[in-house]
Amino acid sequence: MTTPAPRLALAAITRHYGPAIALDGAHVSVAAGEVHALLGENGAGKSTLMRIAYGLEQPDEGTLSVDGTPVTFRTPRAAIACGIGMVQQHFALVDAMTVAENVALGGSGPLNLRATVHQIRAISADAGLPIDPDAMVRDLPVGAQQRVEIIKALAGGTRTLILDEPTAVLAPQEVVELLAWTRRFAESGGTVVLIAHKLREVLRVADRVTVLRRGRTTLTCEASAVTEATLADAMLGEAAPPQPIALQNATGPARRDQTDVIVLSDVTVRDAANVERLRGATLLVRSAEIVGVAAVEGSGQRELLRVMAGRLPPTSGRALVPATVGFVPEDRHRDAIVLEATLTENVALRNAVARRGIVPWTALGRETTTLMTRHDIRARDASTPIRTLSGGNQQKLVLGRELAGSPAALVVENPTRGLDIRATAAVHTALRAARAAGAAVVVYSSDLDELLSLADRVVVVSGGTVRSVAMERESVGRAMLTAER
Amino acid sequence: MKRRVTRLIAEPVLAGVMAVGMLTVLLAVSGYPVGESLTALWRGAFGSWSVLASGTLVRATPLLFAGLAVSVAFRAGILNIGAEGQLLMGATAATAVAVLLPSSMGFAGVLLALMAGVLAGGAWASVAGVLRQRFGVLEVISTIMLNVVALHITGMLVRGPLQEPTGTFPQSAMVEQALRLPRLVAGTRFHAGVALAVLSALGLAWFLRATAPGFRLRMTGANPRAAASAGGIDVARVSLLAFITSGALAGLGGAVEVTGVTFALYENLSPGYGYTAIAVALLARLNPVSAIGSAIVFGALEAGASAMQRDAQVPAGMVGVVEAGVILVLVASEWIGERVGRGGLLNRGGTPRQKDRTDAITPIPVARP
Repeated sequence: MTTPAPRLALAAITRHYGPAIALDGAHVSVAAGEVHALLGENGAGKSTLMRIAYGLEQPDEGTLSVDGTPVTFRTPRAAIACGIGMVQQHFALVDAMTVAENVALGGSGPLNLRATVHQIRAISADAGLPIDPDAMVRDLPVGAQQRVEIIKALAGGTRTLILDEPTAVLAPQEVVELLAWTRRFAESGGTVVLIAHKLREVLRVADRVTVLRRGRTTLTCEASAVTEATLADAMLGEAAPPQPIALQNATGPARRDQTDVIVLSDVTVRDAANVERLRGATLLVRSAEIVGVAAVEGSGQRELLRVMAGRLPPTSGRALVPATVGFVPEDRHRDAIVLEATLTENVALRNAVARRGIVPWTALGRETTTLMTRHDIRARDASTPIRTLSGGNQQKLVLGRELAGSPAALVVENPTRGLDIRATAAVHTALRAARAAGAAVVVYSSDLDELLSLADRVVVVSGGTVRSVAMERESVGRAMLTAER
Repeated sequence: MKRRVTRLIAEPVLAGVMAVGMLTVLLAVSGYPVGESLTALWRGAFGSWSVLASGTLVRATPLLFAGLAVSVAFRAGILNIGAEGQLLMGATAATAVAVLLPSSMGFAGVLLALMAGVLAGGAWASVAGVLRQRFGVLEVISTIMLNVVALHITGMLVRGPLQEPTGTFPQSAMVEQALRLPRLVAGTRFHAGVALAVLSALGLAWFLRATAPGFRLRMTGANPRAAASAGGIDVARVSLLAFITSGALAGLGGAVEVTGVTFALYENLSPGYGYTAIAVALLARLNPVSAIGSAIVFGALEAGASAMQRDAQVPAGMVGVVEAGVILVLVASEWIGERVGRGGLLNRGGTPRQKDRTDAITPIPVARP
């Protein structure tokens, strides 16, 4: 008996972005009628591989075949013609249009909204995806918008559906519904590729699993044959002996001279769409320590950091944050500095809300010049527009500004992203100096090695919950990927 | 410092030269006598001290007030296109107060009329401000609509409650001599409002540069997210206050026009001052001090246009075409400057990125229902 050709197969795929290598001979083979999970850390190459399968990107090397026939997809249109559809992480929907209008947008031929409405009703009933074709997209919750994307793909004749991190934006109940739907879709003859990094969700529905690490396929097997631990090993590398996640007391051992600076108890945060982003977070940060926050994107760490920085009031629970807390957000140009303004004006921004009367520009100029010396900020003078500075020098100014006046706490988010080695070292030095001066420092970095080198202890945010984890790369990596049991 | 002063003067002058160049071409193409027409234009704008004082500077005054209004709003990231309506409402309120008050009030009465203009202009702007804040209505749209509403309110009032006693003409009664702005130069129309406009420009420049609320306003306009996150600024409140301040300045301009120049309210009080003011503000790169110069350039063009029509039979509309041409050249220079990575004529020292520019257009996180 011969095995049928796989529905979708990518072999020996290589893809470079300049000197960076995103895919290095990766392969994946998806059989018809299965739910296939594609796993890997951030930057492992999952999305790139599937963007190639959908014709959004071209491989440098490697082959792509559908039902055993080699194909080349120059555009998504070619992929759709072969029955392959993809729902991207960021939906491509027009908010101010109805569901039917959005689906019609993806179609071809003359516009016939009534026919589209009928088609949506049919797909909706067939596939078990409840939707109102006449609803305005902007009025729909995220989960329903995702269903619109899926219906859009199905209306285009898709029988093989790639879902890129579909659960990241969903509330827990919606996750359950979506995963159950992928199962039903596969049982009715469809094929699903599920890009994910939450292991438990995946093991619940997938038939088979492929794991990518740094652009290579490290594991591909039946989902029933693996455990979360094996998957984590394949994702993180260097197979470590399976060990239970060390759950420390959330407070850690205290030195006698330390005081509690940031106290969160049972903090819950809901976003504008009423989705729970942070659930029952309890955390204590003391003076003179650096607490590292580790999380995969979209786990609730953004909200946690902003609550700790006093920038976001919790929906419920109690957050005690000192009056003086510095905050270095991730997106510097959007949230931290005013590009058109001078260095001095950007320094003055820190106390902008409390200022009264005449602004003492001369004194502020002197203060800025002092900051420039102290933090080695390279600029002509304090009255230079900040846009003329390099990213590293801008970041040093932000950090220097937030540290001026010795705040009781400092919260920083990816503080060295995009900086060169020298600037990175300078930022690290400044953070350690803040700790030495007695500040309670909270660092989030998507670079685990950076986090572990800076932090005195680490907490992990996953699925909106916060827990302490032993200071080891594997433990932290594992905790980031698995939800609390 | 010296370079800055040079720049402040150089740009309006450059714009003036550009306008004359365009006008020359237009006149030649349309078959008007170029030399004669331009001479008439010059004589009407700068020909004598009395022409300068009564014509150009008096014409420049409402343009300056409205130009300051536009500048302060744009600096706060608010695209207030409603200076026209705010100016009209200011003029209407000032007229109502001035014709109601007994002339024995004297100078105090003038101040009350001006105050009424300030309040009415601010109140009219606050309508668009609240709509923007509460319901996310784009201020570009709402202010243009409110301009039309203001025009019709004025028209209704000068045919009804505010109509002159004989009930013949669609205009208000004349403001009594004692309630008019004093003339600063005898025998000309050069009134105290001209000086008040210049003082307002200097005061606004000082407010923006030196004071804490001015600083918050500028930061909110330049990057509202950073202003809120790094500065803790209540950007919604700052934006609304800036909007109201903008309307108040335009309203003051309307009040000054009534008490200093026309002495009565009528529908066509403003020949589009509020719209030309956008050009005034842009030419001045939203800098209140340079707005004095750019208001004079446009004031001169308009004063000269009347003279040209009278003496050389060139339609005044031709100057309108030239004004629009100047604005287009300025906008294009900014666009080209952006493309080649250097600042254009309007660009305040640098190349705004696309991201920042969108921020500048939607400055406050507007609540949507």
